[in-house]
Amino acid sequence: MLKLTNVHKIFNYGQINENYALKDINLHVPKGDFITIIGSNGAGKSTLLNLVAGTYFPETGTIEINGQDMTNWPVYKRAFLVGRVFQDPLKGTAAEMTIEENLSLAIKRGQRRGLKLGLNKKRRDEFRRLLALLELGLENRLDEPVKLLSGGQRQALTLLMATLGGPKILLLDEYTANLDPKTAVQIIEITDRVVKQGELTVLMVTHDLKQALEMGNRTIMMDQGRIILDIKGKEREQTTVSSLLKKFSEKSGRELTNDRVLLQR
Amino acid sequence: MWLNILQGTVEQGLVFALLAMGVYLTFRILDFPDLTVEGSFPLGASVAAVLIIKGVNPFLATLCAFAAGLLAGMITGIINTKLKIAGLLAGILTMTSLYSINLRIMGRANIPLLREKTILTIIKDWGLPERYIPLIAFLLIVFFVKFILDYFLYSEIGMGLRATGDSPVMIASLGINTDNIKILGLGLANALTALSGALTCQYQGFADAGMGIGMIVIGLASVIIGEVVIRTSRIIYATFGVIVGSIIYRLAIAVALQLGFAPTDLKVVTAVLVILALGAPTLRKFMIQDEFAERLMEGDASDAEVN
Repeated sequence: MLKLTNVHKIFNYGQINENYALKDINLHVPKGDFITIIGSNGAGKSTLLNLVAGTYFPETGTIEINGQDMTNWPVYKRAFLVGRVFQDPLKGTAAEMTIEENLSLAIKRGQRRGLKLGLNKKRRDEFRRLLALLELGLENRLDEPVKLLSGGQRQALTLLMATLGGPKILLLDEYTANLDPKTAVQIIEITDRVVKQGELTVLMVTHDLKQALEMGNRTIMMDQGRIILDIKGKEREQTTVSSLLKKFSEKSGRELTNDRVLLQR
Repeated sequence: MWLNILQGTVEQGLVFALLAMGVYLTFRILDFPDLTVEGSFPLGASVAAVLIIKGVNPFLATLCAFAAGLLAGMITGIINTKLKIAGLLAGILTMTSLYSINLRIMGRANIPLLREKTILTIIKDWGLPERYIPLIAFLLIVFFVKFILDYFLYSEIGMGLRATGDSPVMIASLGINTDNIKILGLGLANALTALSGALTCQYQGFADAGMGIGMIVIGLASVIIGEVVIRTSRIIYATFGVIVGSIIYRLAIAVALQLGFAPTDLKVVTAVLVILALGAPTLRKFMIQDEFAERLMEGDASDAEVN
């Protein structure tokens, strides 16, 4: 589904603030994998996601999505395959537009848009049904502007929009970091549901080590632009937060330093 | 006499409402401070005027003006998105070039249209009462344009346009090329502006190379007044608000003239109006602080009495 081969990313190449963000990344992600990504600050987690989304392009290396080389495709061209939820709940929705208008933008993901009206009864009914699945009562607020929603509601809506229109890959970038713990749990439940329904392949960056081990089926750890650990199956099941921290210092020779990392258990 | 002034004011408000809709499209919908309008307004007038004196059908001439404005706006969009030049500067560059281009089109600084066939004289020939012709014609045109614009903004592309101004990162992640959408939006906005210019020159009877000066501020003033009068985020009411705002703006100007302001002072009056309107939230904050401080003082005083 997703294949990164010998990918290097350097920001500000040749300038004094040059930043070698990704070094020789090789990552093969089969369909249906749900990968959680952890690592210290500046490890390259978000850069990796941005390369898959098409926000940045690598200096060398190739990125294949669904069997096609999309290394230098811009975001909007990849959108038909890649859905995304951002850390900032304000980024994933258009605040001045209504809930139903936002959804109608998402349902045409990657398709040609024409001069037909964006909304009709059929679409509204469909949106009402989809929103009801979120169990947040949004199905009764279709024509309210999104700016009236709370951060959690907006993130839930973004999640729904990111999976509408048939994408194959879902990118989640610390998307629960700005939410209160209770809402975060709710959003994670919704994530599980939509991922299963859409049979999505997921890359999720998180700072919550416990969450990294509990969600998905595979965890990769990054440090200084490299993937230093890639665990799944039995090995992953036996990993705890403390053994993960130990593995990190073994592999990198340093302590895991992330100002937001949660050291539970 | 008063009724005549009032009617003329409303007519002007309607013609400039098209300009205001263009400004609404760029400033409010696309969140793009587009100064191209200062050039595309006289562009519309020059194209229409030159074609009319060459004997082209006035309706066709007006349509050509619309197309010329579309092109001007798209050029600003291309300079901004493809060459990555800041939006404000991109607009200024197009506007400046248009000053020369408009003079080239007209061949001189001013073209009178006094005895020419215009949209208004054609309608007069249809046998409508002469006194109300401009009013009826402009009402029809402005509301026709408003409904088309409303429909467009609720269409799939139009919603993409609104989202491009609102949340560009999100709309790119849903598959819209925001560069192309911006170019389209700027094109449409300046097409409306040029249409406004084309109608203005036929209404006032001449096209002038300098008639674009201050148009951006006039457009902004109308948009802001409209927002104050009709508070809503719904497009159909907002575009209606823009029309109402444009008419109220003209009434305010008419009143200012009656109060003895010289016509040449009107631009500074308008600018001050816009500064006050845009600065109002900040000014109000200070006022609320003062008011609150006063209330606290009073509260202390009454507490003291009780004790």
